[in-house]
Amino acid sequence: MNLRASIWAEAQRNAALLALWVLAAALIAYVFVTGGYLIAVLHFAAIYVIFVTGLNIFMGYAGQVSFGHNAFAAISGYTSAVLTANHGWESLPAAALGLSGALACALIVGYPTLRLRGHYLAMATLAIGLIVYEVAVQWGSVTKGYMGISGIPPLGVGPWTVTSDRALLVLLILFAALAVLAAAGIRRSRLGRAFVAIAGSEDAARALGIDVAHYKLVAFLISAFYAGVAGSLFVHAVGFVSPEVYGLHMVVLAFTMLYVGGIGTVAGSALGALVIALLPETIRKLSDYQDLAYGGLLILILIYAPGGLASLSQFWSPKRRTEGA
Amino acid sequence: MTLLRLDSVTRQFGGLIAVDAVSFDVPAQGVTAIIGPNGAGKTTLFNVISGFVAPSEGHVLFAGEHITGLPPEAIAKRGLVRTFQLAQLFDNLTVLENVKVGRHLHTTGGLLAALMPFRAAHSEAEVEETSRALLQQVGLASQAGMLASMLPYGRKRLLEIARALAAEPKLLLLDEPAAGLNRDETTRLASLLRQIASSGIAVLLIEHDMSLVMNVADRIAVLDFGKLIAQGTPSDVQQNPDVIAAYLGTAVAAHA
Repeated sequence: MNLRASIWAEAQRNAALLALWVLAAALIAYVFVTGGYLIAVLHFAAIYVIFVTGLNIFMGYAGQVSFGHNAFAAISGYTSAVLTANHGWESLPAAALGLSGALACALIVGYPTLRLRGHYLAMATLAIGLIVYEVAVQWGSVTKGYMGISGIPPLGVGPWTVTSDRALLVLLILFAALAVLAAAGIRRSRLGRAFVAIAGSEDAARALGIDVAHYKLVAFLISAFYAGVAGSLFVHAVGFVSPEVYGLHMVVLAFTMLYVGGIGTVAGSALGALVIALLPETIRKLSDYQDLAYGGLLILILIYAPGGLASLSQFWSPKRRTEGA
Repeated sequence: MTLLRLDSVTRQFGGLIAVDAVSFDVPAQGVTAIIGPNGAGKTTLFNVISGFVAPSEGHVLFAGEHITGLPPEAIAKRGLVRTFQLAQLFDNLTVLENVKVGRHLHTTGGLLAALMPFRAAHSEAEVEETSRALLQQVGLASQAGMLASMLPYGRKRLLEIARALAAEPKLLLLDEPAAGLNRDETTRLASLLRQIASSGIAVLLIEHDMSLVMNVADRIAVLDFGKLIAQGTPSDVQQNPDVIAAYLGTAVAAHA
């Protein structure tokens, strides 16, 4: 491939992604101006951008599988909710404690299972997701069971609280942007290269001196941290939390976002979260069949565009990059 | 000077003795080749040396230290880096990124460096420069931005060698580097191997391509049914009756 052609192809690829970003920005600006219910939808979308971007570090970069990141969101979210609503804590220290809890749990689950090859971790994460859910349901004295905890105060530091919907949207988008930027930084770094090498070939990575078990654990902890941040932000944004918030549905939703957007790519997972979060609003009538629709969409994407939205740009580049040299 | 010493290394898989009490030394300079018929135990021996398989008995010493039973990443850290019989590239990465991964052991930086790219800028520039120079050396510079999975097979082998060189090995283990290469590529590989050896990196290779082995190897060790049956210079080995028997069969074996 000659240089000019490759630069042209690169520019087109970026142009396609840029177009998607511009579209997303325009949508956010529109909602910001018109306000109303859609703002709450975007809150939700921004929080899921954080959650899915984190999940992408573990599943996309490092090529592992986790069915239980909802557990880390739940641990951090419930800690925030209980401490701020029932014990009068500030939101920041409560979230910090919640995140520590989520990380500690990830370490306990991840350390033994990530040393093994195969699907041990996937099974362990599935279990931890279910366990945390059951605890949230059964530990009534603290979590109020299915009733959930309401009256969770908004985010704030001291006398400054984020009370307006628009201010909260700005803050959440800021958090989401930071999360995406950090993920992009990781991908380009030595750490990120170790992650993607593990996804490519564990044997080759080890032969080059990469401690595979160590880096899998690091990726797991980073993504658990992201999940925890998303979990805590959620309870403050909505003001209410119940076990269903962090149920298995969250895992299905996050997987859909990840694969629709394009697993492994930074832009893809963020775009996927945005698109899927907004989708139910456009197909509201399907509400009873939402999971069915997600499932169907997931299957279609996996069959026809395994690279997700992020790979769609390839379809309109003149020459698909198959044979080079 | 001996760089790698195998001390009666044995590896059994159930009742099968894949490697049977093999002892030999690999010096710190030049190209050493291990040859032998299919199933002679060459790859198993490589797996034992590089830590992917633990020996049932015996010891492996590298640069005077025991590396028996160490995990592969710890062995790589000491300067023993291998390639695989079926090229194990990171297919999801570009050619250049593949080589960059090879710099892992010679760079530092974890999460903090990842989140503050300006702090890692210097070492990233070094990684980029070294990696591009290695691609130049193996003749893949013009394919740097291509996905590794898109490379034709012969070039995948070259990329795997470039990636291993990025780890600055003292000893480079190559498992059948010429398998699947055409005549031109094999000639090129031979000169690359000489170039690597003359830069001070010891090379240990398994190979079936006899013309390549006779061309580039300074010493040859011959395995048959897991046993070391001969070692020496290429001409010694070529005239060794046991080796001829192993490859062509003895009169008795032919009639049996």
